[in-house]
Order: sequence, then structure tokens, then C-alpha cells
Amino acid sequence: MKPAPFAYTRPTTIEEALIALASDPYAKVLAGGQSLVPLLSMRLAAPALLVDINGLAELETIHVSEAGEGVVRIGALARHAAVEADEDVRRVQPLISNALKLVAHPTIRNRGTTVGSIVHADASAEMPAVLMLLDGSVTVRSVDGERTIGVHDLFVGPLESSLAPNEIAVSAQFPALAEGTGVACDEVARRHGDYALCGVAAVVGVDGAGAVTSARAAYWSMGDVPVAVDLTEAFVGGRLSDEHLAAAAELALPHLEATEDIHATADYRAQLARVLTRRVVRAAYDDAVARRETNS
Amino acid sequence: MTQTQPTEELLDVRLIVNGASHDIRIPARRLLSDALRHDVGLTGTHVGCEHGVCGACTILLDGTPVRACLLFAVSVAGQELTTVEGLANPDGTLGPVQQAFKECHGLQCGFCTPGFLTTITAGLKDNPDPTEDEAREMVSGNLCRCTGYQNIAKSVCRAAELINGQGKGDQE
Repeated sequence: MKPAPFAYTRPTTIEEALIALASDPYAKVLAGGQSLVPLLSMRLAAPALLVDINGLAELETIHVSEAGEGVVRIGALARHAAVEADEDVRRVQPLISNALKLVAHPTIRNRGTTVGSIVHADASAEMPAVLMLLDGSVTVRSVDGERTIGVHDLFVGPLESSLAPNEIAVSAQFPALAEGTGVACDEVARRHGDYALCGVAAVVGVDGAGAVTSARAAYWSMGDVPVAVDLTEAFVGGRLSDEHLAAAAELALPHLEATEDIHATADYRAQLARVLTRRVVRAAYDDAVARRETNS
Repeated sequence: MTQTQPTEELLDVRLIVNGASHDIRIPARRLLSDALRHDVGLTGTHVGCEHGVCGACTILLDGTPVRACLLFAVSVAGQELTTVEGLANPDGTLGPVQQAFKECHGLQCGFCTPGFLTTITAGLKDNPDPTEDEAREMVSGNLCRCTGYQNIAKSVCRAAELINGQGKGDQE
């Protein structure tokens, strides 16, 4: 299993990288390569030119801003492991660190990048769904300039994002955890570290009396693109019980595409979505309540 | 065919493996695992699944475990690489993780062993005193098809003892 031949360049500035990428319509950016290299080795992809951005230290940044609503901005070369270990990221948006623990194995996270995982647009990956849930964005650059793509315009289809061939994703922005909200995520995989059969992340808002004010969940491995669903209406009167959680799961299912493959039947996947919705929404609710208690 | 296949370009790359420099001439598509084995001649790094799942090819890149089969050699030129050949003590005797595997029967056929040894060497630097659960977590990204996991987990704890024993000897 060896990649097909390609030309290679390792720019030392982002401007050089943008020019190289624009020079060939079949060029591809190499960052962590933890998804790209297997695709090349299996010859599922055969770009003419690889633009290796691993020399661009300016893209390694992890920036946390607490001004206004707050945002975590992750640079294109920040490895999963570095983001996961960042205390500021954990404090400002804990769902990022929580979800990163589910991304493959630590050895893969040492090299793989969070932004790379997002623009790889794999619907069975955690971080695209997390960005979707949090309503984040990705900033991209090309020789023509810079633009920011909202997450709802980012994922087009399986392994397909709305980036143009000459664009490099330079950062991803995750909004901070809002006051009065809590987060959680979980997944079921055949083996620890494998792609999930189904995964769920949730954000739940509670008021001072412990009533649910909002509930949203995002799903991975449940369709061609990550899906986020608003589940607030399932929690009638703001109450959260087993019945309300079950209703929330039923509310989500029509938005999901449980498909059959060698690992799971469609019915089994749908059942996982039900179980994980109940489990994760409850955990996010508990997290919100706990944060309220800590802050008061 | 309207196009003729151009000759593949070869690149001059310097790999620093276990402290020694190796100048090799390779195409850009040469995987690091293949470069180590075929171009540098260090066959201790094993190639199993070749798509990042099995962990047999795990090496240390600037001290951090990575899959050699998921890297292009050209992309890590000039960085410090440590393979299983670099884990022995300077006098050639077994390093502490290797010694622990020997004592605990942590290997059977031995194919997966280089990847475990490198992973554990780095893992014990981060967590010098793992619980049994943490020892299992440490090796959860590596597959052993002899399924000798019980003894591998024991080896992790034994290696920690050996390393900490040496550490204590220095301090006390």
C-alpha cells in the first residue's frame, strides 16, 4: 500500500503556501496527515502536488478570548493533543477537550490537527459535529484573500467541504460556553478509539430554578454530514425526566440517517442514537446545573 | 496514452535517527516507516496495517509517539526520531521497558513489540507511575494479534518500577 507519486513542497510562509496551492488545481494541503496519508496509501486520493504546511509555525496557535461572548480560535497546525491539554480551552469551552478524548488514539492525536479534522469533513468524526453544535466557523485563505465560513455552509457531503481548491483553512472558531449552559458528549465504537457507530454531543441551558431553557444535540456517524438538532421543545415546561429525554430522542431521529454497514444495522444505529441522546442530554443538563452551583 | 510518465523526482533528505544523521535520496511519497526500514536500514520498526490502526510502526518524533506509516519521511527531515533500536541502554543492555517485557513475558511473536516499546517509553515519561487502568489506556492504540495484553499491561507497570527504582537510587 503505497501512495501514487506526487510533487512536494514545504513552504516557509503562508503566502508561499497559498501560491503553491493556487499553482495546481490538483494540489492538496498536508497538515497532520492522519486521515490524508491513509487515503493516499489506499490510493483513494492521488493529488498532483502536496503542500506541506508543517513548517508554518504561525499556524500552531491556540488563542482564547474571553471578551464579549468569548471564542476559542484554533490554528491550522495545532495538534489535537495540544488543544486537548490547553487549560484555557478547557475552561472557556470544555466540550472541545471532552470531545478530543474521543478522537482516535493519543498517538494519532499527537500528529493530527483539529482544523484538519474539521475540513476533512468526515461525518463520522467528532470535531465537525462539535463545531456544528456550537455554531462555530472556519477561516480560510487563498491568494485572493480571506473569508470566514459559518459551519452551516461548511459541510457539503461525505468528505466534502465548501473550501475552494486554492483555499487553506487557517483557523477554526468555537464559541465559548455560554453562562447557564452545560455540555457533554459520548459515543459507541466497536473498539476504543475506532470511528463511532454513533456519537452525540449536547449543549443544555438551565435557569436558576433548574428548568431546561434550551437543548441542542449534534450527531456523528448518522448521515453524510454532521447534524445538529434543536431538542428544546421536548422538555415541556422546562422539566427533564426519562419521558422528556425519550421524547427528545424521538424528536432527533427524523433528522438522522441511520444507515447499515458491516459494523451495525440501521435499526441498531437508531437505537444507539436514542440511548446516547438520553444519556448525553442528561449529562449536559447535570453539567449545567453543576456549573450554576459552582458560580453561585 | 497521450502522456508519458515523467521520472519521479528524488529528494535529498537528512533523517536524524537515534542521534545519528542519515542522508537518503527518496521520492516525496516515501512513508517514514519504509524510509527507516529500506533507506536507513533499521528494520526494528515494523509495518503492520500501514494505515494507522495497528501501532506496530510507532516511533518517537521529538520524543512524542507517532505512527511512522502516517508520515512522509521528507516531512520530518531534521527532527529527532527514536526507533526501537534507540531504546537500549548506551552500553547495549536492555532499556527498562525492554527489560520489563522480558521479565513479564510481554511479547510472544514479537511483531507488535517495537510499537509497544516506543509507546510505553513515551507514556511513562508523561505518567511515571500509572495505575493498571492507566497502563491499559497507555497501550490502547496498539494491537497485539497474539492477544498477549495481560502481560503487556504488567510490563508497563514493571517498567515504571524499574525506571522509578533507578530514579530513587539517584535521589536518595
